[in-house]
Amino acid sequence: MSKVGAKRLEPAAITGVMSREVANFRTFWKATTFSSVLEPIIYLLAFGLGLGATLVDGVGGLEYVEFVGTGMVATAVIFSSAFPSMFGTFVKHRFQNTYDAILAAPVDVEELVTAEVLWIALRAGFYGCFPLIVAMFFGLDPEFGMLLVPIFCFVTALGFAGMGMATAATVGKIDHFNYVTTLAITPLFLVAGTFFPIDQLPDGARAAAEINPLYHLVELVRHSAFGFESKDVLHFAVLAVFAIAMWRLAVNRMEKRLID
Amino acid sequence: MNAIEMRGVRKTFGEITAVDGLDLDVPAGTCLGLLGPNGAGKSTSMRLLTGQAIADEGEITVLGHTLPADAKVARGEMGVVPQLDNLDVDVTVEDNLSVYARLYRVKDVGEAVDRSLKLARLTERRKDAVDKLSGGMRRRLLLARGLVHQPKLVLLDEPTVGLDPQIRTELWSLIDNLRGGGSTILMSTHYIEEAERLADEVALMTSGKIISRGKPSDLIREHAGRETAEVYGPPDKLAEVRAAAEAEGLTVRPAGPAIAIVGAEKAQNGVVPEDAVRRAASLEDVFVILTGEEAE
Repeated sequence: MSKVGAKRLEPAAITGVMSREVANFRTFWKATTFSSVLEPIIYLLAFGLGLGATLVDGVGGLEYVEFVGTGMVATAVIFSSAFPSMFGTFVKHRFQNTYDAILAAPVDVEELVTAEVLWIALRAGFYGCFPLIVAMFFGLDPEFGMLLVPIFCFVTALGFAGMGMATAATVGKIDHFNYVTTLAITPLFLVAGTFFPIDQLPDGARAAAEINPLYHLVELVRHSAFGFESKDVLHFAVLAVFAIAMWRLAVNRMEKRLID
Repeated sequence: MNAIEMRGVRKTFGEITAVDGLDLDVPAGTCLGLLGPNGAGKSTSMRLLTGQAIADEGEITVLGHTLPADAKVARGEMGVVPQLDNLDVDVTVEDNLSVYARLYRVKDVGEAVDRSLKLARLTERRKDAVDKLSGGMRRRLLLARGLVHQPKLVLLDEPTVGLDPQIRTELWSLIDNLRGGGSTILMSTHYIEEAERLADEVALMTSGKIISRGKPSDLIREHAGRETAEVYGPPDKLAEVRAAAEAEGLTVRPAGPAIAIVGAEKAQNGVVPEDAVRRAASLEDVFVILTGEEAE
């Protein structure tokens, strides 16, 4: 037996928890990959080709399929981070008692939460790129800047994974996720500049959209394809602050939920 | 040296006091059975020992580590077998073990997994998903998972609850081997037979406190004497026998459809009917007398 340290955020504890996630993921990766590839194709066909060919010529000098293809990355990130985090955390805690087992080992809540959000963010960082790859088959030109997209997706997904865990630790019943989906996730994903530019919104709505982390991700992804701008540093900073704030909130809420 | 020391430990959940000034020592190398009815505070005591619950008052030391400050270090040296099955059911048997070997910082994960599979007699099923295993196999795997890092102290929380007798006996044999190997074991249970067969000492717990403790034979002698007489019959007859026995100063308790006169060897004046079934006093008699609960 190796010695267990009393330090915070021990890499061995974090990778141990992540190894559990990897073992489980091996049993369902095909279904996840299938939906991650097919969903952007459906969206691009519906919005990019359907809407783009009939109602919208282009947005801000971009063809509509390029506009939606780059914006869809944000949708993929929130769907592959917030939902698995909310439902996964709730099920593992309330139905499977998984966290009781993990916390009986030398792992504390902070390490558990960190490992969980890191794993979800790694997955979302990977799957978040799929819409971009699919969009290339619809005419989007590859650019070197796009190599940074997994990093942008990862940081954003950290935040949404933390938000999902904090939510799961707070709600009383699994049905309560309906409130969160309707009141938070749907508006966030719709008003992020994915399907239409936010500068067309009324002032109040635009101001609200500008604090939406997904909007900052959309901007970064578009600029990675069509040229970075100096304000992208600010976009990335917003995402980093969001990620750290949600991670700490998740640790706080989960400690209250898991430790009597 | 004590592996576990709890002093004046108190834990409340709102209005409910789950653990009420608990004092408990478990000497290293012994098996202590924590016996009590449902709601006695056994599981909460277990959670306090892993740092998954924080005491409102009192002091807890596990393997020389003070809790809750050093709970993580203490958990590294103890193994926990939970009451509820919380295995990863879609994952293979060996992956369930290797994940926990990593969580416990085991250096040679492969060796630890092989040893644990052998202990649980699951080597042939190592590549199977857990949901393909029988209930007994899953329980053995849970036990093996808690022992994957060869802990100094093992906490068994109701290890055989809800299992059929055959699987229970299988588990008992594994726990007995563990005990024979010199591990310190704290086992909560509400099965009398389990405590009697496996524990060096039994601590009877009710309402969050230890109310009596000792070797099963000593507890029986102290609280239940040598002999118990079970009397069967219609309610009128049982009420009459009960009144007569109590008038003699004997303890009478319900025993399913019968009544049991405890310490029947001391009965005089024909208090025990001739058709009563006489048997050796048992830990069950002690349990019911002291806790006022029916035993399982």
